[in-house]
Parts: sequence; structure tokens; C-alpha cells
Amino acid sequence: MVLMPLAKLGRSGLNTLQRIGRAHLLLIACLFGSSELLWRPRLFTAQLFNIGVLSLLIVGISGLFVGMVLGLQGYYVLAQFGAAQSLGVMVATSLVRELGPVVTALLVAGRAGSALTAEIGLMKATEQLASLEMMAVDPVRRILTPRLFGGIVAMPLLAALFSAVGVLGGYFVGVGLLGVDDGAFWSQMQAKVDFQEDVVNGMIKSLVFGVLVTWIALFQGYESAPTAEGVSRATTRSVVHAALVVLGVDFVLTALMFGE
Amino acid sequence: MNKRYGIEVMVGIFMMLGVLALFFLAMQVSNLNLNAATEGYRVTAHFSNVGSIKARSPVTMAGVRIGQVEAVQFDKASYEAIVTLRINAGIDTIPVDTFANIFTSGLLGEQYLALSAGGSPDYLRDGDEITNTQSALVLEEMIGQFLFKKAQEGG
Amino acid sequence: MEIDTTAVSAIPNEPLIKIRELTFRRGERVIFEHLDLDIQRGSVTGIMGPSGSGKTTLLKLMTGQLRPNAGRIEVDGQNIQQLKKKELFQLRRRMGMLFQSGALLTDLTVFENVAYPLREHAKLSPSLLRKLVLLKLEAVGLRGARNLMPHELSGGMARRVALARAIALDPMMLLYDEPFTGQDPISMGVLVRLIRQLNDDAGLTSILVSHDVRETASIADALYLIYGGRVIAHGTPAEIAADQSEQVRQFMDGCADGPLHFHYPAPALADDFRTRGYRKWF
Repeated sequence: MVLMPLAKLGRSGLNTLQRIGRAHLLLIACLFGSSELLWRPRLFTAQLFNIGVLSLLIVGISGLFVGMVLGLQGYYVLAQFGAAQSLGVMVATSLVRELGPVVTALLVAGRAGSALTAEIGLMKATEQLASLEMMAVDPVRRILTPRLFGGIVAMPLLAALFSAVGVLGGYFVGVGLLGVDDGAFWSQMQAKVDFQEDVVNGMIKSLVFGVLVTWIALFQGYESAPTAEGVSRATTRSVVHAALVVLGVDFVLTALMFGE
Repeated sequence: MNKRYGIEVMVGIFMMLGVLALFFLAMQVSNLNLNAATEGYRVTAHFSNVGSIKARSPVTMAGVRIGQVEAVQFDKASYEAIVTLRINAGIDTIPVDTFANIFTSGLLGEQYLALSAGGSPDYLRDGDEITNTQSALVLEEMIGQFLFKKAQEGG
Repeated sequence: MEIDTTAVSAIPNEPLIKIRELTFRRGERVIFEHLDLDIQRGSVTGIMGPSGSGKTTLLKLMTGQLRPNAGRIEVDGQNIQQLKKKELFQLRRRMGMLFQSGALLTDLTVFENVAYPLREHAKLSPSLLRKLVLLKLEAVGLRGARNLMPHELSGGMARRVALARAIALDPMMLLYDEPFTGQDPISMGVLVRLIRQLNDDAGLTSILVSHDVRETASIADALYLIYGGRVIAHGTPAEIAADQSEQVRQFMDGCADGPLHFHYPAPALADDFRTRGYRKWF
């Protein structure tokens, strides 16, 4: 009787480990199925549309506002030290290194990840996945793989868009509204933001996030209980897990990339 | 068929936008210069203290950016810093007796290398050295000197 | 035409499906224990049992979607547990399965749904594909509905489209999972006739999992009654109808009292009433 809580803890630990194992098996199966995309590029295009094009608006608008807020707040702080000319550096660095990849990943998790989970979960609940299997079609290759790669390709492009639009937003606020010198804004930015160090690392981050967010979404959908409640829970879990994992991994990646 | 075509067009636009944004980040935000190594010419300068000058710090003349610092190295023999500057190709009429100063933009801003033209009819060429240099001002030193002087005056 | 029409058997006199000593558990729960079952070629076999007796699970075991804990399942002479994924998929091309919900791909039209397995597994010219799909749809009486989306179909129509899809590759066997539930009397009658007709015209073997006693008995050549993880009776519909054992009578006549439990296992009602434990929740 005393050992009951211990046994419970042990069981939940084992269950979690099993889930993580299954998630990795699923990822491996998806990657092995990637040759399918060469034969059927349309599957991939359709997912790039679902994940990329449909997220375009929310990512673009969010990027613009985040950039504008950065411009505003950055100006207030920097102006106190007489360094308002460095506004461009601040806006661009924070966007390219951190906010671009992270916020885009969070937005995509909410906008496209949840949709993926619900879609896969419902396909499972309505036996569509089983029916594919009965038609001798591997649902992992046909349904999951194109979605995974759609996410992997769309994420860095969306993050680049987010950062670019954000820099422009910061420019409008800083230079247009607050009167920071136009030339100084760009020249300091160009002098301080390094392509390798900042832009490439940011893109690598968002590539990693692309894998994580779509992977989590697909796994949650694939593992969801085939009921209305099961799918709704899986959708929530997909967004929550994706957000936590993105933020956690971002810390690790930042420490590795910029830690020196 | 039509709907599918529309999707493909949209995806094409999306990819183009993404690549364009990357291009913008590379060229406008971070000033990636693919032929950076070959453009312009190099000159060197010795400083006893470079402050926080490092690679990619701007080099200006009359406040206008005319190049950038390519490398900062330590000279074992003279215990000085050797700074390699890359001057843009168009700027080829800098006199050999030009002064190189290290200034700070604003009180807390970044440091940059300012050249002020001398009067010599000979111009700097690739590989030349600027001999007239003035080191970076170190704030602590200045304050120290200032306090020392005050103390003497008062004492 | 490159469609696999290997309805011709490897061993003609053997049963198409042979299940021996099958044991299957879900966690602690035993679903099947030492179950033996034969499906004869060319026949319509009904597998019946009360809800929750694992009939759908049995179908999934036969098609290799689930793996048994013990025992052998042979389909057309091949031990299904030992097949590699590729071989299993090869075998499944010769199986058609009708799911309870129809399980149509919701983002494709009726036409595309039926065309799907053909596009996957047979390289046909567009005109031949079109003709074939229309023929299959004609067989289920839905040629006119080809441009509808699945959500525009009624439940009965969706099931018939799914049937057309299941026979698209001319399989050697068709498995029906509860084909009659939730159907109005007319579509029920249509479906019953369709199943028998398809079986006889195309020389198929059909397996019918259902708890609709009358409909299943009316078209089946053989019946299996499953309860509590084992077969409690099997034979022709006439034999089953004549069976006087209590269990069989209860199921066939639909009585609540009898050896088959209608109630989920529970303590005696009076004991449950005495417990006051729930009060604190209110």
C-alpha cells in the first residue's frame, strides 16, 4: 500500500518514455517516407499552401506590429542614453536572432499546428487512416510526410518574412515617427548585424522549430483518442507542447549559438 | 484542376516572398557582401590601444563611411595593435600623412575609426601603413587623470 | 490492365481464412481466447455477437491491422503475422474492407474516392480509369452522385460509395464492418441484396460482421456466434435457427435474461444503494 504512489509515478514515467519513443519512431517513419514527395510533388505543394500561405497574413501582421513596438520601446530606452541611432541595431538583432524564429514558431503552432492535429485526429476518428491502410496505402507516408516537410520548408520562410516586415515596422516608427536619422538607422544596423552570426543562426533556429512544431502536431493527431474529446485534447496538447518545446529549445540553441 | 493551379501559384508567390525577405535580411539588414574580400584596398595602422574597435567597425572620413575594419591583431614585437582597414575602391585619394583617430559616437555609442586628411600629394595604396595614429580614449584613464589634477589643484 | 485479379486461389479446397487458437488481449482484458474460425471460399460468412464482443477487432486481426498475442491467422495460405509490411500491403490489395462509417476521404469527391485505389495501384489511362470508376459507381447505383463531396451524402450513400471503393481493385474478399447499423429499411434492403449480388457475380468471399440477426441470416451461407472471446455456435443459418442451446436462443431471439450478460459486471443493486459514498460530491 505504501508503494502505491511510487508505482504510479513509475508507471507514468514509463508511459511518458514510451510516448517519446513512439514519437521518434513516427518521425523516422516520416523521414523514410520522404522519397514519396519526389513522386508526388503535389502533396507537398498542397501542404506548403496549408501551412505557409495560410499563415502568411497572421505572420506578416504580427511581424509588423512586433517591429513597431520594438521601435517604440527601444527608442524610449536608447534615447535616455543618447544612443537612439542604435535603434536599427536593436530592432534588427532582436528580430533576426530571437523574435522572428520564436514568435513565428508560436504563431504557426497556433495557426497551422492545431489544424494539423485536428485534421489527423479526425482522419483517425473517422477511420480514414485505417481505410488508407486497408487500401495498401501507408498513411504515414501519404498523409504525415508531406505535412512534416511542408512545415519544415514553410517555417524558415515565414520567420524571414516576420523579421523583414518587423525591421520595416521598426523603421517606420523609429525613422518615420520618432525622427531617428535614416542613414544611421541602416548603417549601424548593417555594421552590427552579421549575416553568418545573426541571420543564418536565426534561420537554423526556425528550421529546428519547423521540425519540432509539425512533428508535435502530427504525433498528437496520430496518437489522439478517436473521439471528439480525444481530438480536442490532442489539439490543445499540440499547441501547449509545441510552445513549451519551442521556448525551451530556443534557450538551448541561443546558448549554443551566441554563448561563446 | 483550376483550384490546384491556383494553389500552386499561391505557393509560388509565398516561396518568392520568403526568399525576398531572406534577401532583404542579407543585403539590407546585415550587409552581406559576397565579394567583400576583393573590393577596395587595404591599409594598416598601429595603435597603442584600440578600445573596442573590432572587425566590421566603420571607417569614416568627415563623418562619411568609407570602409570598414577588416581585422585587429596583436603585434608581439611592439606590444601594439595592428588594425587592417579596408577602404572602398572609389576612395583612392587619401594622403599618406592622414591621421587615424578612434572616436566614440555619442557618450556610450560604438567606437569607430575616423581618418582626417593630411596634406601630402602622395596617396595611400594597397598595403601601405598609416603612421599618424591616436589611440582610443579610455574613460577610466580620463577620469583618473581628471581627479588627479583636481586633487593637485586643491592640495 | 494491370489490376491484380488474383482471386484464383493457391490452394482451392482450403478455407480462405483459417484462424487457430487465436488469443488477443487489450491490456488486462481478454478479447479472444483460443478462438477457431474458418471462412470458406466463395461464401458469405456472418460473424455475429453482442456489442463489445470484439467483432470489429476480429476483422482488424484478419487484415493484419492488429497482431494477436497467440495463435495463427492464415489468409489464402499465408500466415499474416509473419508477413513483412510490403507483403502485407500486397495481400491487402486483394482485400476490400467496408468501414462502419464509410471512411471516405473527406477532401475528395465521390469519383476521386473510388478512383483513389486505382490511381495508387494501377497505372491506367485517364479514359479507362474513368470508365472503370463509373462502372463501380453504377454497381452501387450512385453513378449520378460522382461529383458530390462526402459530406453531402447520406450515411447509406456514403457506405455504398465506400463499397464501390472497396471493390475498385476487384478483390478476392470483402470485409464488412457492421454494414447495417443506422440504415433506413430501404437502404438496408438495397445493401443486403448488393452484398449477396457482389459476392456471387464477382466470385468473392464475403465476411460480414454484424449484430443484425435477421439481415445477416438472410444472406449468409455460414454463421459464427461469438461471445466471451470464443465461438459459441457455428453452422448454416438454418442450423443456428434450429439450435436449442440457451445462449444461442437468447441472442437470436433478443432476450435480456439468459446466460449472456446484458448487464455490465456490477455488485448487487441493493449493495450499491446502501453505499453512501457519492453523497459527498453533491
